Amino acid sequence: MTDAPISRRALVAGAAGALGAHTLRRAGLAQAPALAAPPDPTKVPGQPTSALGQRSTFERPRRIPSASGQGVSLSPLQDFCGIVTPADLHFERHHAGVPTIDPHRYKLLVHGMVERPVVFDLETLKRFPAVSRLHFIECSGNGSAGYRETRPDLSPQLVDGLTSTSEWTGVPLATLFREAGVKPGAKWFLAEGEDAAVMTRSIPIEKAWDDALIAYGQNGEALRPEQGYPARLLLPGWEGNANVKWLRRIEVADRPFMTREETSKYTDPLADCTARMFSFVMDAKSIITFPAYPVTLPEKGWWEITGIAWSGRGRITRVDVSTDGGRRWAPAELEQPVLAKCHTRFRHLWNWDGTEATFSSRAVDQTGYVQPTLEQLRKARGLGTHYHFNHIRAWRVRRDGAVSFEPEG
Amino acid sequence: MRGALVVVVLGLLGGGCGRRETEAGPAGAPATFGLGRPATADEIKAWDIDVMADGTGLPPGSGSPAQGAVLYERKCAACHGKTGTEGPADRLVAREPRQGFPFGRDPTLVKTIGNYWPYATTLYDYINRAMPLNAPGSLAPDEVYSLVAFLLWRNDIIASTAVVNAQTLPRVLMPAHDRFVLDNRRGGPEIR
Ligand code: HEC
Repeated sequence: MTDAPISRRALVAGAAGALGAHTLRRAGLAQAPALAAPPDPTKVPGQPTSALGQRSTFERPRRIPSASGQGVSLSPLQDFCGIVTPADLHFERHHAGVPTIDPHRYKLLVHGMVERPVVFDLETLKRFPAVSRLHFIECSGNGSAGYRETRPDLSPQLVDGLTSTSEWTGVPLATLFREAGVKPGAKWFLAEGEDAAVMTRSIPIEKAWDDALIAYGQNGEALRPEQGYPARLLLPGWEGNANVKWLRRIEVADRPFMTREETSKYTDPLADCTARMFSFVMDAKSIITFPAYPVTLPEKGWWEITGIAWSGRGRITRVDVSTDGGRRWAPAELEQPVLAKCHTRFRHLWNWDGTEATFSSRAVDQTGYVQPTLEQLRKARGLGTHYHFNHIRAWRVRRDGAVSFEPEG
Repeated sequence: MRGALVVVVLGLLGGGCGRRETEAGPAGAPATFGLGRPATADEIKAWDIDVMADGTGLPPGSGSPAQGAVLYERKCAACHGKTGTEGPADRLVAREPRQGFPFGRDPTLVKTIGNYWPYATTLYDYINRAMPLNAPGSLAPDEVYSLVAFLLWRNDIIASTAVVNAQTLPRVLMPAHDRFVLDNRRGGPEIR
């Protein structure tokens, strides 16, 4: 920031004032709140205590479900601050609807290449030493709207709404595998769901010894049905589909099972006429969530560019922001905590001079991987690919303050 | 080819497994907690429905394309189209392109059983567990074998007279069976 010194607090106050002018343009705000605000809240008693809290009636963040009610429901990234996704706004992806599972009848079967085929009910899963960890889950198809045919009127939700971060609580899969006694020669396990798709994926057993969890908690309470109630597989940093929800069965084996979701789907045809399979890890990525379509900046001056960055390979070490179409990049501020395989919030102060500008973000992770440009990604993958769209996203602001999506920047 | 792929998979992902299979738990924790109850043979049998590429898991029974055609018309055509090409749900029949596997280059190509699926056994596993979408898990083994036979025949992979069962299905060679490679992304500076 090269302009005259300005205190951070003044800046925030100024921004808050300015925000008033354009807040109605933010998608998550209600136009007509159900509960009217009194002229002076200090002159009337407020609402009584309640058994279950509600959002302010002025706030109406919403997922965008697909028209059919099947398939996907996008999370409103532009409405969030910090890194945690409220559980009721976590993205959805399911192949045959959300099942209703009675926790009292729930059981998880572990069998195959184990010494002791074993069944755990929910209470037993909760009796094992538990861990709580913050991790993102991202659908591997996330970002497809920005890859081939893109439009300027895409919000962060429409571009990348299939990623969410939660605090997950559960038992390490390694604990259950020790309990069952995995036999020598075991290399893979099948994870199977109790939904109508009876979803199955083959997972290398190394992931179980590394950091896989059987999760039953999400942000301090039981999992939401849409996220796998009462228990799911959590594979930190790996594509959403492999994190099998409503988990009912694990079969240990010496080879992968070649299910439909790891052959027909979730494979990546490459420009060299092969197709990549078992491409589990979500590579480093970032997206600016403000300012972004459909926001209109009401005036030039100081604005905080902010967004999220994440990598399935570990921690984010840097996020660069460019406000001149990718010519010059400056490191953004990474907000603590910066955790492995978790959304990381970045912030970058920008003094907008009121002229047209393209701004973008570029994430770097602890392996030294740098989020690629659209051109780099298309060169490596070809145009026909359907998953792992992690190229740099950009936004363009016009002189009148209107912000639109740009596939490259 | 299946054998070759599996060997490569194991080579890449299995390094050091022998040591880690017996990996100790956290300090202070017992080796096992003695929690959970032994699974009964019956409950394993009831849930263990998966079918592997070598045919492991395929039940007794059999079916033919002709038998499958009747079932398809009744139970599948409404969503997948009269000939498996019309939709509205996933296209199930496409023989082209048979050559070149240009899916990475051409986003307009539709991936189907005939041009993209590497294993025929996957068809049994998937239809048995998930189709028809409105009544999953409702098909008897002979019905699944028949539908598999019908779809393989429609995709020009087996003859109209072929019989599909636990012995013949794993031997069906799919057009795309040698097109699949393992993930070679490793992080670091290279974009793959
Ligand atoms: C009510 C609609 C409906 C009916 C009836 C139906 N399907 Fe499907 N089918 C679908 C949908 C939707 C999908 C995609 C599901 C997904 O991607 O998770 C699908 C996917 C499939 C696939 C996988 C396609 C691919 O390339 O990955 C096969 C194979 C299939 N169906 C076979 C059948 C058969 C055989 C029947 C009849 C027994 C049948 N379906 C009946 C809707 C239906």
